[in-house]
Amino acid sequence: MHTTEPIVTGASVLGIQCVDGVVLGCDTLASYGSLARFQRVRRIVQPGADWVLGGGGEYSDLQEVARLLETMVTREYCQEDGVVRAPRAVHRYLARVMYQRRSRLDPLFNSLVLAGRGRFLGVVDMYGTAFESHVVATGFGSLLALPLLRKAWRPDMRMEEGAACVEHCLRVLFYRDCRALSSVQLARVPAEGAIEVSEPYELGELQWHVAQTVA
Amino acid sequence: MDRPLSHSSFLPPLFSSAPHPLSPPHSVPHPSAAPSVNAAERPARWSPYQDNGGTVVALAGRDYAIVAADTRFSVSFSIPTREFTKITQLTDRVVLASAGMGADRQYLHKMLHTRLAMYRHQHQRDMSLPAAAQMLSNTLYSRRFFPIYAFNVLGGIDSATGEGFVYGYDAIGSHEQLKVVCSGSGQAIVQPVLDQQFSGRQRYSVPDAERAPSLTLEQATALVRDAFASATERDIHTGDALEMWQITAAGVRQTRYELRKD
Repeated sequence: MHTTEPIVTGASVLGIQCVDGVVLGCDTLASYGSLARFQRVRRIVQPGADWVLGGGGEYSDLQEVARLLETMVTREYCQEDGVVRAPRAVHRYLARVMYQRRSRLDPLFNSLVLAGRGRFLGVVDMYGTAFESHVVATGFGSLLALPLLRKAWRPDMRMEEGAACVEHCLRVLFYRDCRALSSVQLARVPAEGAIEVSEPYELGELQWHVAQTVA
Repeated sequence: MDRPLSHSSFLPPLFSSAPHPLSPPHSVPHPSAAPSVNAAERPARWSPYQDNGGTVVALAGRDYAIVAADTRFSVSFSIPTREFTKITQLTDRVVLASAGMGADRQYLHKMLHTRLAMYRHQHQRDMSLPAAAQMLSNTLYSRRFFPIYAFNVLGGIDSATGEGFVYGYDAIGSHEQLKVVCSGSGQAIVQPVLDQQFSGRQRYSVPDAERAPSLTLEQATALVRDAFASATERDIHTGDALEMWQITAAGVRQTRYELRKD
């Protein structure tokens, strides 16, 4: 069965590269059309020790990609030589998988963001286009959040600042994107040291009293 | 010198149903809706193709070739990244630039590098410019019925004579050896200017023999920079930065210039 249109979908994923690491963020909603169907799903997964994957688009396809990467990591582990793929290698691998599937006209309907140790931040889309960038936003976020991230980004930015910036963008998305949610998940991927993927939490500081003045 | 045929004529109708550029990313119909019998109401069939825009130029003189491209990567009206290179160096003397779909050109470049490595191992030397040009054509034609959506210009210098040449392609491998060529979203803006300024079209006072290669490397570089600056003014898919590769007997040199980012 080919995915010709997504059914259960996740919305934007945001990422920002800082001097001491990378921050990744997204909400925890998997929509069924316009219905906010599954509200506490994890769209950031961490199959390996050195990187995390965030994904939007068809949720079942995202689970398939996660399963694929878990298999890859298990195979590496079974080799018992301590050799693991670097984030950049995983990114390339994902790009080839996505390109192969689109060329079979059986795409994995996702936009994927990979964040890894050594300040790696890269995107792969359902066509197999892959690139690295210092700021990343997929889905509706590419229209609404990407300009905000680009404006806020500085080469000397630290992760606390980056996380605040991503959180701000998620808040803006929640205000304007009807497929976004105020329950979010953040991943902090330091250049060195352990990766930290947060539990889903609620965005605070929501101000709806201004809504009546906004068109 | 006719331009290679436009791309749209090679895509079977199956792949021509691109979504409207303004359709929001969330225009998902309600899943419980009954499948519509009316074809006009059904959502457009998913297309494996995407146009990521960009302009590529190659031109050649008596002892040099220039290959240039902008670095913008666009998806309809948004710019996911401003730094997406369209150029790849194939050998010491041959450089390739591709416009079109990002994923397809990444695949094509990867494929070409593999085949060049195989050639190097078999023949213990780099591929010549005409050989690389023919290989690119064959690689594109191998996907004649599922085209690689990439519009290539290839530039380099002939290893025997040291003269510069460029090649222009369509998506399925038709190609032509030229002195100046432009492809991609800014083609209609840039090509006529280069024809007039570089090839000396309509300047009847200049003898035929002196026309084509009359520009020096410096003059040609300035012309290409102006051409891209102009294309950036009017074409929304071209901009951000210009990457230029100058190929001479001394080797290749890469330069980068900023373009408008709006």
